[in-house]
Amino acid sequence: MTISIRSVEKQFARYPALRGVSLEVQPGELLALLGPSGSGKTTLLRIIAGLEFPEAGQVAFDDQDVTFASAAVRKVGFVFQQYALFRHMTVAKNIAFGLDVRKAKDRPARAEINRRVEDLLGLVELGGLGGRYPAQLSGGQRQRVALARALAVSPQVLLLDEPFGALDATVRKSLRKELRRIHNATGVTTIFVTHDQEEALDLADRVAILNQGSIEQVGTPQEVYDQPASAFVCSFVGETNRFDGAVSGGRFVCGSVSLAVDCADGPKTAFVRPHDLVVAPEGFEAKIVRVTAQGPVIQIEAQTASDQRIEISLARQEAGSIAVGQTLRLAARKVHLFDPAD
Amino acid sequence: MSPRSSTQDPWWVKTLVLSLVAVFLGLILVLPLVSVFAEALRQGLGPALEAMSTPDAIASIKLTLLTAAVAVPFNIVFGVAAAWAVAKHEFWGKSLLISLIDVPFSVSPVVAGLIYVLIFGSHGWFGSWLIDHNIKIIFAVPGIMLATLFVTFPFVARELIPLMQEQGVDEEEAAASMGAGGWMTLWRVTTPNIRWGLLYGVLLCNARAMGEFGAVSVVSGHIRGLTNTMPLHVEILYNEYDFVGAFSVAALLCLLSILTLILKGLLEMLQPQVRRAGH
Repeated sequence: MTISIRSVEKQFARYPALRGVSLEVQPGELLALLGPSGSGKTTLLRIIAGLEFPEAGQVAFDDQDVTFASAAVRKVGFVFQQYALFRHMTVAKNIAFGLDVRKAKDRPARAEINRRVEDLLGLVELGGLGGRYPAQLSGGQRQRVALARALAVSPQVLLLDEPFGALDATVRKSLRKELRRIHNATGVTTIFVTHDQEEALDLADRVAILNQGSIEQVGTPQEVYDQPASAFVCSFVGETNRFDGAVSGGRFVCGSVSLAVDCADGPKTAFVRPHDLVVAPEGFEAKIVRVTAQGPVIQIEAQTASDQRIEISLARQEAGSIAVGQTLRLAARKVHLFDPAD
Repeated sequence: MSPRSSTQDPWWVKTLVLSLVAVFLGLILVLPLVSVFAEALRQGLGPALEAMSTPDAIASIKLTLLTAAVAVPFNIVFGVAAAWAVAKHEFWGKSLLISLIDVPFSVSPVVAGLIYVLIFGSHGWFGSWLIDHNIKIIFAVPGIMLATLFVTFPFVARELIPLMQEQGVDEEEAAASMGAGGWMTLWRVTTPNIRWGLLYGVLLCNARAMGEFGAVSVVSGHIRGLTNTMPLHVEILYNEYDFVGAFSVAALLCLLSILTLILKGLLEMLQPQVRRAGH
């Protein structure tokens, strides 16, 4: 199902949460809404679910206007940040809830509901735990139950609010793969909210990056990483070194840092990713402050002659012998330039 | 000195605190309770039972139970509704509603009784209308009901509001997103989550309904056999120097309270898998 969000605006008290957001989500897509806290990503997700209603704009499912339709009629599966499992019901009852509450004429037979619950428990790899109560499960298991419960009603859209936020790092990684697997198995259009750029880039087909209630960029993980549309996207997605300076005669200059660029003259903000810095005899100077070796990559923290801290990632073979106190000469393979107003 | 953990106090501190609590509880709670039963049984079980079975005493017991039987269901419905509205929704005048729920706690019960006399009494606002239509509220059972409802109103609502606020609206939203309507959500998600808080509120409400003196005293008119509740009956007997009678009815009132506590304990034992939320 295609989800179209057109110029949606929403305010809380007098604080604008969304300022004219438009977004098209393709059928079967796995899309991440990425942004810092307060960027409006959860509000957008809740508006798509029908748990919140916009002041202006339109939400359409397959060109059918659902802007003010209630959550109950939208047929969306929603996974809450704190899971919101019904604590007084068993896991099986939780999963069956969406089917149990249907009107008698639409409700599947008992045996069919039980079979569906068993299937879903199998899908999220919780077979045999249907009789437990939520309080008897670990965080990761609760998350799986929430996912199975949301899928039980065969939703047209699956929405997840910070699905891995409350879990520790290892569980988070394995559940990430799990979500990808379940998405592939069910083919349901999925949107999830996250503040973790690594999670978004790792899991999503496309990423929509929100900042202060507006979408800054929508694109594949590679697009937003390699061709950031704004200074915000560049600094939010991936590691960067930021330089505020000016371009003149084909060179960007900020203190002692000088980089070759292809850009008209004027004040600019430049971003260089740590792995885009390379050792070059003609480059600017930086003195090594700290060296951390992480597998095949060496992370270097250095200080420029104009006292700016920068980070450099070098491949081990490239780096040669490197020690704290040594001075490197650096050039940039790739520079992202933006107007300072951004 | 033997090693002890950081949360363990020296023996003399423990003894001192525990004996303070014991002495205090003994003086304030146990001694009066024991003396009620002792006074009731001063002349043996026979006279005590006799005092409880006079027609006036039986009428007062019936009226008290009837009052509680009306006040408790009313408070369950209105308490849950008020708490649900306050804890799970935003609306204009919400803080006013919360203040209103607290009014019975802050107003003296005697004043509450007087308000009803002012409104429904023969010289009150609706007095002449009520007389014309031959409806008696003040110095009659309906007045006692009204006064009891007034003083017991906050118990269930006050018990549930913090509990429901703490639980938030996540589960209700989850239910809504799965297609459950408002009533279905209230019945299958909201109510089961608050049952222990509700039970506790009901017990408090029941105890107050059976024991209320001030407000009921003002509107009752003390008509023996007709508008005397048990607390009022105790007072009348006491003022007539019928100590065995007074303490016997008082002891019965105590037993009713103890019975509700036992009921609560039994209900809790029947639900072992549910962690008690709140208290």
